[in-house]
Amino acid sequence: MTEQPNLDPTFADLLTEFPQSLELETRPGFVGMVVLSSTLIDVMSYLRDKKGYDYLSSVTAVDDFPEDKLEIVYHLFKTTGGGIIELKVFTQRDEPVIPSVTPLYPGAEFQEREIWDLYGVKFAGHPDLRRLLLWEGFDGHPLRKDWKEPFFEEDVKPYKSRWPEGKGVRIENLNPYHDNVQYPRNFDPNSYEPDADRSVYKLLESKIPADTGDFKVDHLVVNIGPQHPSTHGVFRMAALLEGEKVLALKPVIGYLHRNHEKIGERNTFVQNMPFTDRMDYLSSMSNNFGYAITVEKLLGIKPPERAEYLRVMMAELTRIASHTMSIGFLLNDLGAFFTPSLYALEERELILDIFESVAGSRMMCNYFRFGGVVRDISEDTLKRIKKLVEDRLPKKIDDLDHYLTDNEIVRVRCEGIGVLTAEEAIAYSSSGPILRASGVPYDIRKVDPYSIYDRLDFDVCYRTHGDVYDRYLVRLDEIRQSLRILKQTIDQIPEGPIMTGKSQYLVKVPAGEAYGRVEGPRGELGFYVVSDGKPNPKRYHVRAPSMINTTSLEKMCVGGKIADAVTILGAVDVVLGEVDR
Amino acid sequence: MNGLGLVKGLALTFKHFFSTYVADIFGGKGSKGRRGTIDADGLFTIQYPEESVVIPEEFRVIPFLVYTLGENGQRNYRCTACGICSKVCPTQCIWITRMKDPETGRPITGSQEFYIDVDKCMNCGTCAEFCPFDAIKMDHDYRIATYTRGETHIYPKHQLGKPLEYYAKIRPMNYTVEEAERAAKAQPRQ
Repeated sequence: MTEQPNLDPTFADLLTEFPQSLELETRPGFVGMVVLSSTLIDVMSYLRDKKGYDYLSSVTAVDDFPEDKLEIVYHLFKTTGGGIIELKVFTQRDEPVIPSVTPLYPGAEFQEREIWDLYGVKFAGHPDLRRLLLWEGFDGHPLRKDWKEPFFEEDVKPYKSRWPEGKGVRIENLNPYHDNVQYPRNFDPNSYEPDADRSVYKLLESKIPADTGDFKVDHLVVNIGPQHPSTHGVFRMAALLEGEKVLALKPVIGYLHRNHEKIGERNTFVQNMPFTDRMDYLSSMSNNFGYAITVEKLLGIKPPERAEYLRVMMAELTRIASHTMSIGFLLNDLGAFFTPSLYALEERELILDIFESVAGSRMMCNYFRFGGVVRDISEDTLKRIKKLVEDRLPKKIDDLDHYLTDNEIVRVRCEGIGVLTAEEAIAYSSSGPILRASGVPYDIRKVDPYSIYDRLDFDVCYRTHGDVYDRYLVRLDEIRQSLRILKQTIDQIPEGPIMTGKSQYLVKVPAGEAYGRVEGPRGELGFYVVSDGKPNPKRYHVRAPSMINTTSLEKMCVGGKIADAVTILGAVDVVLGEVDR
Repeated sequence: MNGLGLVKGLALTFKHFFSTYVADIFGGKGSKGRRGTIDADGLFTIQYPEESVVIPEEFRVIPFLVYTLGENGQRNYRCTACGICSKVCPTQCIWITRMKDPETGRPITGSQEFYIDVDKCMNCGTCAEFCPFDAIKMDHDYRIATYTRGETHIYPKHQLGKPLEYYAKIRPMNYTVEEAERAAKAQPRQ
C-alpha cells in the first residue's frame, strides 16, 4: 500500500518529515495514517502551523475488542477548503494514556473528555479531564465493547427472543426497584457525596483573583439550570460571579445522555435511521442526510437525481425551520416573551406540515434511506412547497427582519456581546453560523460539496464582528439563501426513480470506514462509521455541532454580564438532544 | 437609537393583531378554514377539540394488522409471521409466535400471537415499509391516551387487527396502488 500512485501530497510530506513515527493505514477500506503517540503533538503542530490544517473537525475512539487495541481517530481540515487528513493513534486497552491535543486545538477539550468518559482513555496534559456526560461515580466506560449494562439482553439487534418464538420482556419488571441503574461495587448511598459538583466548584473557585484591590469583593458561584427556561432544555452553566460580572463559567451537560452511539452500534444500519432523527430533534432531515451519505460512501452507491433533489429540498426546508425558531427563541432569551418566537413558529409549522405529508411525521421524519428516499413527493405537495417558498416565506422573513433587526433593544443587547474572533472560532472547532459570524466563510456545501450543492447557485453568508448580533444576521441571511436554493430545486427537479436498487432491510456494508459531513443548521454534522462487514456498525460516532460549539461558551461569556450568558447560549443555538446524545 | 426601530416593530404586531379581525369580518365565508394554512393571515391557531387539522395520508402512529373478514365472520390476517417487521424494528417492540400445525408440530403460515409494546414503539413506520405482504400498516388514530401504563400498553393481536376497509379509508392512494400491484402479482398464477 505504500506504493500508492496518487498519494496525497500532504501525506508524502508528512512521511518525509516524520519517517520514523508515521505509516500509512494498510487495512483495506481504511484511510489515513497511523502515528506513534509519542510524536502525535509534533505531527499535529507541523500540520497546523506548516500545512494549514487549522480545523480539528472531530476526535473519537474505536474499540478493537477482542484485540488489545484502542484507536484514537483525528479528522483534520483546512478552513480554506480541501480534503481530509485522518490520523490515528493506537494504544492498548488497559490504562491507556495518550498526549492531549487540547493545547493545540482547544476545540478538542470536550471531545477528549467524552473519550475519557466513554472509553477510559486518559489524555496527558488536558486542562480539565473529568467525565463529560456521565456522573463521576459511574462504573466503567460504556462504549467499550465488553461493557454490559444491567439486564443486558444481546450484543446486537435483532434480538433472538422476538421471533419465531416471541417473548418480549419489560426490563423494569425484572428489577425489584423498577429501574436499571448500575452502581459500582461497595457503593453506599448514605456516605456518597457526588464529586462531580465539588470538582466543578473547585475549578471555578481556583479562578478567583487573589488580589481584589482596596475593598473586599465577594465571589459567588451560581448555577443556571439544569431546569431553567433559558437553557433550551436540561443544561447547566456553573458560573463564578463578581457582582454581575462572569469570571469563569463551566457548562455541565449529560442530563439527556442515552448513549446514542452504543445504541447505534447495536442497531443494524437501517435501524439507526430513525434514531438519528432524535438527536437534533429540530432538524431531523439534516441528521438523516448526514447518516445516509456516510453509509453510502461505504456502500459506494449514489442516489438517483430525483432523490438528490428531494434530499436537498428537505434539508433546506429544515434549515429554514430551524433558523426561524432559533431567531424567535433568541428573542425569548432577551426577554421579548413569545411574540417573536410565535411568529417564527407559524412559519415553522407550515414547513412541518410539508414534512408530515412527505415523510409521515412532523419532527421524527425518518425519510432517507441508503440510495434514495422512502417515498416520492406528490404533485400537490410540490405545489404547496412552491407556494410557500415563492409567496409566503420571503414576505414573512422580511417581516421578521423589519420587526427585529433595527430594534434598539435587540441591538443594545446583542451588539458586541459574546465576541469570538476568527482565530478563536477556528481553534475552538466552532462551525455553522458561529464560525461564519466570526468572518470565516466556511460552509461545507461550498468547500466540500456533497449531493448536488455544487450545481446550485447560492452564496456563503458571513459577517465579521463575531458577536451575537452577527450570528442573528447570518441566520437571517442563510434563510434567504435557502429560499434561493429551494426555488432552483423546485424548478429543476426531474422525474424518475427515487431509489437506487431496492430498499433492503439488511444492508450488506463492506468493511471499512467513512467520515461523512453535512452542513446542518447548527454547523458541521459529521458521522464516522466503521463497518466490519457485519449487519451492525462496529463504530458509529456523531460529531455533534451543538456540543462542540458549546466548547467556546466559556470563552464567549467570561468578562461579560451574567444576563448576557443567556443571550450567548441562545445565539449558540444548542439542542440538548444533540449535545448529550 | 431614536426608538424608530421599536415603533416599526410594534407596528408589525399591531398589523398582525388587526389582520385577524380583518380576515374574519371581510374575508368572507371560509376565512376561518384558512387558519393554520399557507393562506392564513392574522390568527394562526385553531381551537383543538372543536376543530382539528386535516391529517395527510402519510401520517403515521402505531402499526396495525390488516385483515379481511371471512364468510363466518372470522378474521383472515394477511400476516404470515415471516418475522421481517420484528427483525427490522429499531426498538424491538414487536414479538411474534409462529403458528404451528397442531398435528405435526411444524410451523405453518400465520402468526399464533403478535404483540406490539406501544410504549416502546416510536412510530417510525419501518415495519410497514418493509412488510412484503402489506400486512402491517401505520394507523392514523392519534388519540391513544390512557390512564395506566404497563400491561395495557402491550397490544395483543386482536387489538392490533383492523379491517382492510379501514385501511382503504385512511390511505386511499396507497391502497389503490398496492391493490393493483397485488392483482398484477396474482394474475400469472391463474
